[in-house]
Amino acid sequence: MAYLNRDQLVEKAKSEIEEMTARQLQNRLEAGDDVTVIDIRERDEFVQGHVLGATFIPRGFLELQVEAEQPDREQPVVLYCAGGVRSALAARNLKDMGYKNPISLIGGFNGWKNAGLPFKVPTVLSDAQQMRYSRHTMLPDVGEAGQIKLLDSSVLLIGAGGLGSPAAMYLAAAGIGRLGIVDYDTVDVSNLQRQLLHGEKDVGRPKIDSAADRLQDINPDVEVDGYNVPLRSFNAMDIISGYDLVLNGSDNFPTRYLVNDACRLLGKPLVDGSIFMFEGQVTIFDETGPCYRCLYPDPPPPGEVPSCAEAGVMGVLPGIVGSIQAVEAIKLIIGFGDSLIGRMLMVDTADMTVRILKVGQNPECPLCGDHPTVTELIDYEQFCGLPSLAEDLTMAPVPA
Amino acid sequence: MSTVYIPTPLRRLTAGASKLEVAGSSVGEVIQALEAEYPGIAEKVLDQDGQVKRFINVFRNDDEIRSLDGLNTQVQNSDRISIVPAMAGGCAQTN
Repeated sequence: MAYLNRDQLVEKAKSEIEEMTARQLQNRLEAGDDVTVIDIRERDEFVQGHVLGATFIPRGFLELQVEAEQPDREQPVVLYCAGGVRSALAARNLKDMGYKNPISLIGGFNGWKNAGLPFKVPTVLSDAQQMRYSRHTMLPDVGEAGQIKLLDSSVLLIGAGGLGSPAAMYLAAAGIGRLGIVDYDTVDVSNLQRQLLHGEKDVGRPKIDSAADRLQDINPDVEVDGYNVPLRSFNAMDIISGYDLVLNGSDNFPTRYLVNDACRLLGKPLVDGSIFMFEGQVTIFDETGPCYRCLYPDPPPPGEVPSCAEAGVMGVLPGIVGSIQAVEAIKLIIGFGDSLIGRMLMVDTADMTVRILKVGQNPECPLCGDHPTVTELIDYEQFCGLPSLAEDLTMAPVPA
Repeated sequence: MSTVYIPTPLRRLTAGASKLEVAGSSVGEVIQALEAEYPGIAEKVLDQDGQVKRFINVFRNDDEIRSLDGLNTQVQNSDRISIVPAMAGGCAQTN
């Protein structure tokens, strides 16, 4: 067998694959061609700047990960390195995997930059973040880009109780950049059976304070805004507008309708969860699906549906339901998987059944139907048949 | 016989049963058959006009019956009927 030196090997590879100039690639991208572009350089090179829209798969992982990026072997795959040598050798390997049209970028990223074409200097994870989030970033659906989306995102939790506890802890651990928590309650010893944000030493403290301590301990990357105020019509829009997404863990119907209406009016997705004794419901309300009023146009009359405080709740149940809410929030932020928009997950922990039911928009919905009559926030206590609350808390909401 | 999933708040009327096999060729008939066996259920699910209360959804299999034929929605053997009321609980005190 004849030996090949370095140059001969590269020449042989180039003779077996297609090459493309930076300008040609730019023209194809501008024309909207479906071209997969992969940056195969090392991480320290990638972070200095890369072609817009390119996926980062270092050379050593290319063959292992390329199918996740482009499973269709008929589609063109453009590889680039710094100067066009490593990418030629790599493209040759993709041919062996059956890719019909692997293309190496002539001159690599240097050629791209020298041609004056646009490139992006990415936000990247610090070394500490790479270690902390490694089990996320190795998931193909998350990756470093997905983790950065989480770090750049903000989620508002309505309530730091049974549902809010697991949701907040998992979202903090996942690296959501900013978590807001609205809760006007203090920790009671009867909360500790299920509200894992709080401990024995927190009894009597405002829940937002013990929540902030616990969440900072889980992940100091996360900024926690506590709102030690009741959520009402006068402050809901101000508070909710500061977040990308809302996770509802409230314990009463007026707040559920208030949060639903405010989220819909502001265009914020709402991950809704509710529980009763052994049973839970989770769904997502956003502009592409129904809202809470589509499902439940009117609240039950007061007293018709007992609360957890009256009927009790299995302590583990909010752990399950709140965790499902956290997964759904993370999926929405990163943008992968099939969400619960338009579907309601029902879980019954007594007979351990899980069902998914279809839920649709109601054309007669007073909020998001064809002829909306609810165009601003209303008095939700009155709507739910309860005595109106004096709106004497007129101060602007201040993160505590 | 269809299988009716009883939501937790109504189980005190069904002696704790979470699933019941019930006869009836429409959702309305199924609810009446339930009522005959477990008095009080119909009053919890239907309003004074005999319609499903507006804080309750009833599903045949995966679909809400308002998107089908309401209480006249046909029911076959082995269909699943779910009664799903609004639940307030999150066990946080936000009010």
